[in-house]
Order: sequence, then structure tokens, then C-alpha cells
Amino acid sequence: MMGKLLRQPWVYSFGAAIAVWLATIAYTEGQGAGAILTAALSFATFTIIVGLGQMMVITTGPGNVDLSIPATITLSGVIAMKVMDEDTGRMAIGILAALGAAAAVGAFNYGLIRLLRIPPIIATLSSSFLVLSTAISYGRGIRIKPPEPLAQFAGAQVLGIPIMAVAVLALSIAMAVVLSRTVYGRSVLAVGQNSRAAWLAGLNAGRTRFVTYVLSAFLAGVCGILLSGFSRGAALNMGEEFLLASIATVVIGGTSVAGGRANVPGIWGAALFMYLLVTMLNTFGASAGVRLILTGLMIIGVIVLAGGEEQR
Amino acid sequence: MSGQAIRLDGVEKSFGAVRALAGVDLTVDAGECLGLVGHNGAGKSTLMHVLSGNLTPSAGTLSIGGRPCSGGWTAAAAQAEGVRCVFQELSLCPNLTVAENVRIVHRSLKGFGWKGRARALIRQKLDEIFPSHGIAPDDEIAGLAIGQRQMAEIARAFTVTDGKLRLVILDEPTSSLDAVTARQLLAYVKRETARGTSIILISHLLGEILSTAGRIVVMKDGKTVADRKAGDFTRNSLVAAMGSEAREHTRGAARTAGAEVMVSARPRSGGPAALEARKGEIIGLTGLAGHGQTRMLLRIYERREAQVTGRLAFIAGDRQSDGVFNLWSIGRNITTRSLATLRRGGLIDLAAEARLAGEWKDRMAIRTPDVNNNILTLSGGNQQKALFARALASDAAVILMDDPTRGVDIGTKQEVYAMIRAEAGTGRTFIWYTTEIDELTHCDRAYVFRNGAIAAALGADELTEEKVLQASFAEPAA
Repeated sequence: MMGKLLRQPWVYSFGAAIAVWLATIAYTEGQGAGAILTAALSFATFTIIVGLGQMMVITTGPGNVDLSIPATITLSGVIAMKVMDEDTGRMAIGILAALGAAAAVGAFNYGLIRLLRIPPIIATLSSSFLVLSTAISYGRGIRIKPPEPLAQFAGAQVLGIPIMAVAVLALSIAMAVVLSRTVYGRSVLAVGQNSRAAWLAGLNAGRTRFVTYVLSAFLAGVCGILLSGFSRGAALNMGEEFLLASIATVVIGGTSVAGGRANVPGIWGAALFMYLLVTMLNTFGASAGVRLILTGLMIIGVIVLAGGEEQR
Repeated sequence: MSGQAIRLDGVEKSFGAVRALAGVDLTVDAGECLGLVGHNGAGKSTLMHVLSGNLTPSAGTLSIGGRPCSGGWTAAAAQAEGVRCVFQELSLCPNLTVAENVRIVHRSLKGFGWKGRARALIRQKLDEIFPSHGIAPDDEIAGLAIGQRQMAEIARAFTVTDGKLRLVILDEPTSSLDAVTARQLLAYVKRETARGTSIILISHLLGEILSTAGRIVVMKDGKTVADRKAGDFTRNSLVAAMGSEAREHTRGAARTAGAEVMVSARPRSGGPAALEARKGEIIGLTGLAGHGQTRMLLRIYERREAQVTGRLAFIAGDRQSDGVFNLWSIGRNITTRSLATLRRGGLIDLAAEARLAGEWKDRMAIRTPDVNNNILTLSGGNQQKALFARALASDAAVILMDDPTRGVDIGTKQEVYAMIRAEAGTGRTFIWYTTEIDELTHCDRAYVFRNGAIAAALGADELTEEKVLQASFAEPAA
């Protein structure tokens, strides 16, 4: 039982997260242990939302990655805030507009990849410039607050557990079910292993990738709306940190970069680990430079540990 | 020339609990062609990997040229002693040209102008073994058909720069070759052994072994069970030594004449005939390898330039690139094609999926204790059975097969043939590209392809090797 558990790649990311948390509270002599966890859950949920989308994209096979996630987060946040215009009554239409725009970005990404045969890394990177420029010109210099219910939802807690974390947990479970129990999920895994074999086995590789890129952009849209509610407004750099974060959580979490193997629990462990790592280094009073170097080293360490186990 | 090329004494090899080699003694004399036969999983490939230095035996000794080999027998040592192998899984780098692949095994091709020398070397060897091969030294491997890759790899194994060529191991060398190139290769094997090179020929095509090898060794369960002159064997005694019976098979008379037409297609290159397949028929596609048979199957699969009634399934012969999902269990590999029908309320019913996998594991007699094991735990032949199970378990009415018995042992083949006939009896249609003329005896009708067009349609009573070869080569009337 224990042996089987240890062979799951996601165990390592959780182990790392717990180790970092213990090191932090050992340093503070137990002070703020709960508060740190609450904050970690709050911040990690955003990474988890986009991480799930990135995981699906990376799982569809070598070369597939969505670099337009940060721009899409920003666009969605800006559109949501502008359409809602601080009016609670306009919340639904704002959400719809933001998610619609995000999904359109996903469809556009896939169009570039498929119709113009541009490699995904270039396609999503270049589309992210277009998307970000759109967000900048549309949201030029405006600082709009989110409607109160949105802000409350994004910040609400019960017994120290953010409501949003619970919602994202439900989303994650749904995603795990999609992966193992739906034709779409199985297609993602099959296409990621061998897209020609998947096609010859009667699966639709093109539709699978299309849905996946739209899904990733859609989840970036969800993240953008919630993040605007959480941080009381959209900002043009709000998506920035999610480029590395979305990819790192996927990789640290045990999803195969070569495609075909996804890991939902690992995304949670990895997102919590990344947040707690920064918290720990802040607590230790490390300077920004040291913090970055240590973050990089720790990520490499976790990947080596988890990856070495995976290959047998 | 005489003397020993290589000799094994009491060689054993275990992988965990599996004993792949249980004490093998084997001698190969210089200038001899040794035929090696046995079922999939009998230990032939493991033995060859030991000979080539890729695997270190758990016990036993190896001597080369009469000298015991005490130091580590590694792939580099084998290469230095002139031992070359052509394995079932092709080992050319797909992103390099033929000439560049030659450089990989010949370190002496260096300095200014190495490429020119590599080109000349491989061109000369290809011309010698496979006249009119149609391969240029600067062709990238990825752009070659599988049969051409096989030819390039075989030719590369026989090229010599510095050092000598002592032993060449050919593991299923003709599995991707058509009848004509296979004959060219076998003729070359005879010429090369006359020059003193030893050759180990592994093949599931017993006719090839009987006609080419001087001596035949039969392996079973990791041991050699028979070792006699080829002339002392007949096809039946050879099969008996391997431990399975040769069964006669004949196709019943055409009983499908009035049945519904399931597929009708005409190759893009035109030609006088169009392909037609009726319900319950087994249709063969033959001719020289790479003359448009696979393309025809893919056209039908895409429903381009073809009228198709009913659902389709495809059984790939190139397991690695077109067939198996390496990360998945045997069960998941089997059910891939049937996922849509296993849904209940939008979700895949896992219990029903397990039942389907278990049922087809039993029906195809896939040798595994547990269908939840990874697909790669199976031998090649059993992986292929899983691919058959994938297609046959599906709701497809028409099943397309792209040379699916490539490199599969004769026992497995017999099981597969019986299954195909039984399924055709229930009204399924099979369109079957095969490189083995023997397999056409299972067909109701066969189409001979030449240059992408159908050159002839042969009925069940006309399916002889002569007729097929005649149609493969005959020039169109001017």
C-alpha cells in the first residue's frame, strides 16, 4: 500500500509542500501556521485553475503548450471589470463576456496551430501579444473595482478555508473524472502518446486538441475574473506570474512533458509548494535574488526526485 | 574457410521472475547460414541481444573465433569483432539520411569527404543486395517506406570499412519486404556465406528458413530443442519441433456473391479495376510492398475517393508508430476503439470496460496474467493480438488490416486466421494488405497493386504465387 503510494508522482509535490511549510513554522516557532496555510490555499487556487488547463494542453503531446495564459487572464479580467462597471446587476453579462472572449482566444490559438501550421509555442506566444495589446487598448488606464458580491466570493472563508479553494477542489475532481471517464479525456491521453495511433483507433485528434486549447483559455478566463475580484480590480500585469507558474505546477506535479500522462492531484501539491516556498524564503528574510535562485534550485530538485522515480 | 565464428555455452538470462534463456548452447561455424526458429517468446530475440552484446547473460560463456571471451562482452566489443545485427525494431535514425546512418556504425568514415565515401559505400551495397532498390543515399529515413528502411538497414549491416565482418544476425529481415526483395536478400545471404561470413537468420516464414539455411536450430521456452541440417527438416517436422500443428486451411466457395457492397474504391492512379468488398468477405491486397496498398487502406479509412457503408476499424502492422499506446495497460489499449459504446450517462462505465477487455483477452488468448499490466509487458505477437482485439471488440462492420501479422509467430498467426474467418462468417468484412502470399489463401478475392493502381483482381481459385508475381510485374499492354 505504502509502496504503491510512493510510486505516485504527485506524492513528491505534496511532500515538498509539507516539508517547506514545516520548515517555515519551525523558524517562526509555530506562529501563523494556520494563517500561512489559508493564504497558500487562497493564492494557490488561481495557479491550480490555470494549471489544470495547461496540464490538458501539455498532455496532448510533445510541443503542445499554452503560453497565452497570462494575456488571457489579463484580457478576461479587464473585460469583466469594464463590462460589470461596479454594477452588481451586470455581473452575469460581464462573466459571459469575459469567458466568451477567453474561449475565442483558445479557438484562435488552435486556428493558428492547425490552419497555419505554426508550432504551438510560437502560435500561443504571438497570439498572447495580440491579446495583451487588445486588453491594453480596451482597458486603457482605467481602474474599476469589482462588484461587491464577486469580491466577497473571491475572498470568503469558512473556518480558515477559502470558499474558492473548495470550488476549485470540485473543479479538479471534475477534471480527473473527465480524464479517466470520458471519451474526450481518454482521447487527450491517447493523442498525447501517439496521435497517429489515436486517429487509427477512431479517435478525433483534431477535435481533441481544439477542445483542449479552448478549455485552457476558458480556465484562464475564469482565473482572470476571480483574480480581479480577489485583488479588487484588474491590472495589466495581473497575469504575468502565471506563465512560469502554470507550466511549473504541471511539471512538478508529475504530468509527463512528453504527453499522454496527466496528474490532477500533483497540480495541487505543486501549486501549494510553489507558494509556500516563496513564503518560507520571505520568512527567512532572503533577498529577492537569493529567493529566485533558491526557487529555481528547489523546482529542479523536485523534478529530479519525482522524475527519477517515474522512469523506473 | 572453416572454424567457429561464435559459440555459446550454457547461457542463461532472466528478467525478474521470467527466465528468457534457460541454458543455451549454440555454435555458429564460419561461412554458415544458421536458421533459428521458435514461437514468439521462445527466447530468440533475447539470445540475439546477448550475441550482439546488448544484454549481459546471467550465466554461461561466450567465445568468439575459438577464443573464450573473458572480459565484458559489450555492444562495442561485438562491433569490434565484426558482429552486426538487424533487429525487428528498426534502428536507423529517422531524421538522418541513409548515408549519415552509415556513418553512425562506421567510425572510420571521418575527416574531409566522409559523406562521399559513406554514400558510395551504401550505394554499392544496396545495388549488390537489392538491384533496382530506388533508394538514394541522401534520402532521409523518415521519408522512406518501411520496406525501404528495412532494405537500407540490411545493406548497412553488410557494409565493411575497417575490420572484418564475422557474423550478421538477421531478425525477421523479410517481415517488411515484398516477395521479390525478400528473394533478393535470401540469394545474397547465400553469396555472402560463400565468402565466409556467418549469418543467423531468424524468420517465421519457414519456407525461407528451409530454403536458405544450412542448419536449423529450434528454440522453445528459452532452450534449443532441435539442431539439425536443414535438409533433415520438412515444413511439418519443423512446425512439430516448435510445438504447434500445421493446419490446412482453405476458404469456402464464394458464398457472398449477392451480399451488400460495403466498400467500393478506385485508386487515384486509375487502373482498369476498382476495389469492391461485400459483407462477409475477406479481401486481400497484394503486390510488391509499397505499391499503394497502405495508401488505399488509408483512403478507405478517411472515406476519401471511396464509398463505405458502416463503421470502420484499422489494425496497424507497424505497432510502434501506428498501434499501441505505450503508457496504457493492455485493457485500455483494447478498449480504445469502443469507448463511445461503453458510455453510460456520458461517462465510461469502468466495469463494462473491464468486462470487454477481459472477454477479448480470453478470446484472443493474449498471454498475460492481468489485463491491467502495461501493454509493453507483452511480447510483440501478443501486442499485435491486443490490436486485433481492439478492432474486433469494436462495433466496426469493415476491418482494414495493414500487414497485421508482420513478425508474428506461426502459432499466433493460425489463431488470428481462425478468428478472422470466424468473424467474416458473422458478416464482418475484412480488407487485408499482406506481404505474405500464403495469407492470400484465406481471402475470397485479392487485388494486386502496381504503381498505386490495381493491376489485377484474382478470385479465390487463382490466388497462387505465380499469378500474383505475374500481375505484380506485367507491363501494361502498349
